[in-house]
Amino acid sequence: MAFGQGRSGGGGRGKKSDKDKKAGDKKDGQRRPMFRRRKVCKFCADKIDDINYKDVKLLGPFVPERGKVLPRRISGTCALHQRKLQVAIKRARQIALLPYVTE
Amino acid sequence: MADRQYELVYILPPDTTEQQVTELHEQLGQVVTRMHGHIEKNENWGRRRLAYEIGHHKEGVYVLDVINGSGELMKELDRRLKVMDLVIRHMVVRVDEEKSVVDRTRTKRQSSSERRRVKRGLPPQRQPGEGRSPGDSDDDGDDRFDGVEV
Repeated sequence: MAFGQGRSGGGGRGKKSDKDKKAGDKKDGQRRPMFRRRKVCKFCADKIDDINYKDVKLLGPFVPERGKVLPRRISGTCALHQRKLQVAIKRARQIALLPYVTE
Repeated sequence: MADRQYELVYILPPDTTEQQVTELHEQLGQVVTRMHGHIEKNENWGRRRLAYEIGHHKEGVYVLDVINGSGELMKELDRRLKVMDLVIRHMVVRVDEEKSVVDRTRTKRQSSSERRRVKRGLPPQRQPGEGRSPGDSDDDGDDRFDGVEV
């Protein structure tokens, strides 16, 4: 998927799906242009090499209320770091630093 | 064969006394020395809230040991911790490989940045007051993400 634009989850490029319209698309005239901050991988930007399971403060923002791992398409984490992050979160869950689920 | 490095984290019930903690630590230390390993670091994180209940406990005393030793040693420790009633949760993680990878990337980054700086005619180390300090960035510093919808 290109440029982090649109949040279409599958379904291809439907011609009529409104959500996938580009920012500058002014077909309907009055639509507010979609503005989205460019996402960057937090770990690349901050040069964090070590994603450790003990560092709850670091992992916390990537585990939203429900307890799931925040997907890459939302956080903007790069593939390498998402993989490391995932391992760290799973380890942290084992020793009850992070929840598996929260209702 | 060179020793491997492991991290052992275990959780004790919140009402454990200091004495019990040290006793358990000595007990584990005996096993480690018997099997030719050694405890490199021992850390007590103290009482922490558990993210979920474990056996009706909502809090626990966390203890971290960094142990150099063989896989057999950790197997034995794992087996012992499993049968101990005092320990409500434990986990063993091998760390030496990851650690070396992290060290390597860190030194690589540093050396390449030094090389670039020398090329530009600057001293290899960053001077104080130069460039952006790590605290400020053009980001507004919020850790949340846009459009969180899970």
